[in-house]
Amino acid sequence: MSNIGIIARRELSGYFRTPSGYLIAAATLLVQGLLFNTRALGGTKLSSDVLIDFLRDSSGTTTVAAVLLTMRLFAEERQSGTLVLLFTSPVREAQIVVGKFLSAFIVLSLVIAASVYLPALIFVNGKVSLGHIAAGYAGLMLVGSATLSLGVLGSALARTQLMAGVLAAVFIFVFFLAWALAQVVEPPLREVIASFSLYEKHFFPFMRGLVQLSDVVYYVSLTYLALLASTRVIQSQRWQ
Amino acid sequence: MIVVDKVSKYYGAHRAVADLSFEIRAGECVGFLGLNGAGKSTTLRLLSCLLLPTSGRISVRGLDVVSSPHEIRKLIGYLPDTPPVYLEMTVTEYLDFAGRLRGLSGAELDKRRQRAFELCSLQQVARAPISELSHGYRQRVGIAQAVIHGPALLILDEPIQGLDPVQIVEMRRMIGNLRGEHTILLSTHILTEIEATCDRILVMHEGKIAAQGTEEELAARLKAHRSLVLEVRGALERVRAALASVPAARDVQLQQRGPEHVHVTLRVDDAAREQVAAAIVNAGLGLHAMQTQSGGLEAVFLQLSEQAGRSLPPPQAAVPITPSVARDASQVQS
Repeated sequence: MSNIGIIARRELSGYFRTPSGYLIAAATLLVQGLLFNTRALGGTKLSSDVLIDFLRDSSGTTTVAAVLLTMRLFAEERQSGTLVLLFTSPVREAQIVVGKFLSAFIVLSLVIAASVYLPALIFVNGKVSLGHIAAGYAGLMLVGSATLSLGVLGSALARTQLMAGVLAAVFIFVFFLAWALAQVVEPPLREVIASFSLYEKHFFPFMRGLVQLSDVVYYVSLTYLALLASTRVIQSQRWQ
Repeated sequence: MIVVDKVSKYYGAHRAVADLSFEIRAGECVGFLGLNGAGKSTTLRLLSCLLLPTSGRISVRGLDVVSSPHEIRKLIGYLPDTPPVYLEMTVTEYLDFAGRLRGLSGAELDKRRQRAFELCSLQQVARAPISELSHGYRQRVGIAQAVIHGPALLILDEPIQGLDPVQIVEMRRMIGNLRGEHTILLSTHILTEIEATCDRILVMHEGKIAAQGTEEELAARLKAHRSLVLEVRGALERVRAALASVPAARDVQLQQRGPEHVHVTLRVDDAAREQVAAAIVNAGLGLHAMQTQSGGLEAVFLQLSEQAGRSLPPPQAAVPITPSVARDASQVQS
């Protein structure tokens, strides 16, 4: 088994051996279900609008779940002292970062997949295409991947889990606010800033059933860069 | 095996290790002794590639810790001051994880795990979750993860801390079993606990090596520094006068502990101890107690540390007991 696999497997057991994984999954699904009932189903709407509302809310719950899932990854091990085992083993820092990210991504994917009964209800009772649902879920996975990687970065930087969560929230908020900021500046700066927007610019097309290469590239690049930064942070900690 | 050359390590402005140089040969078992904050843990972390030196060079088997940490990590097993165990895992799962991280798998992993179980007497808790184990057992699990891959260099940071006397004896036996197979570095701040364990002891103080030698050599140095403590009934001035008649008594310190009670500390050769007792008794004073202050390596280390702290270099032959040193020593004991 590769080093990434060894680390990802241990992290997965960490999620499922302790209540944390189940708790995060249950809370996310509960909130998603409540939002679906109160917001998406409120009033008379086209079923495609119901799906769009559901996906917009889900991008929020996915983000919160991503922060909760990643904040422990490095910070908890730093506090309990187990990080030392990884750092004194012949494993590259990048392998540790990717292994941990992968485990959180698997858990988050399961949580996202578990919510599919809600759009299935719309599909059965209303009139939406499977393609729309699939595009929406692909978008959720990508939002999840990007926010998880920012969470990994927060955890790599922080000493405590709380601090890791706060840092991750701040990073995500910066990307979230990019859209609002773009609205108050003049072009061409507006286009530049808007292109960093985590939700409006890049997720909304998925929400409407549109898969665009540029959006996929944005999320994959953001994930890559945040994981690269995390690796550098971990490496630099040897100098402290 | 290990060459440390003029290594310093700063945490911000704080200097943890200062201009440290030493060599360790393959197969040696070396103990690092020092107070908390003396730089032992930092030195061991530098050797295990967890930290990088601020200046100087460290090489392990000719590999440099800055340029080849990955290769060095393959050679070492490291137990930090708190065992790096995942509480939710069972002992077997944990050792499998530690073994796989070091590249073991399949039958080789099974064999090595079995060997680690035997070395650390863990068979009866193999299936227990680590969260249910006592501190002593967790410490053993920590050692088991450090030896599972048969590393050339084994680094144990405070392996004996927090263990009860029975566990200490077992731990010493366990380290004894590991000798020969590995080059072993271990640290402690309570030297008596690793007596008869190490080939060589490096006494660290304020980031430097204050003294080094075998246990016997350090003990011999202690003998020269040993002091005699007396509890005497009588007036302070009379006690002082009586002791002044013994030329062999040096560094005499008197302390009034009660109206008719004087606490005396002095240095004297073994042969002249009788003279001290006789002088007290002949002066009509009451000799209530007379004993040699401590012994064992603990005191060597305390005294060498004091010495190093006060004057580095050159080492002094005898250290007069001054109030400041006495205060330092009492802080150490508390």
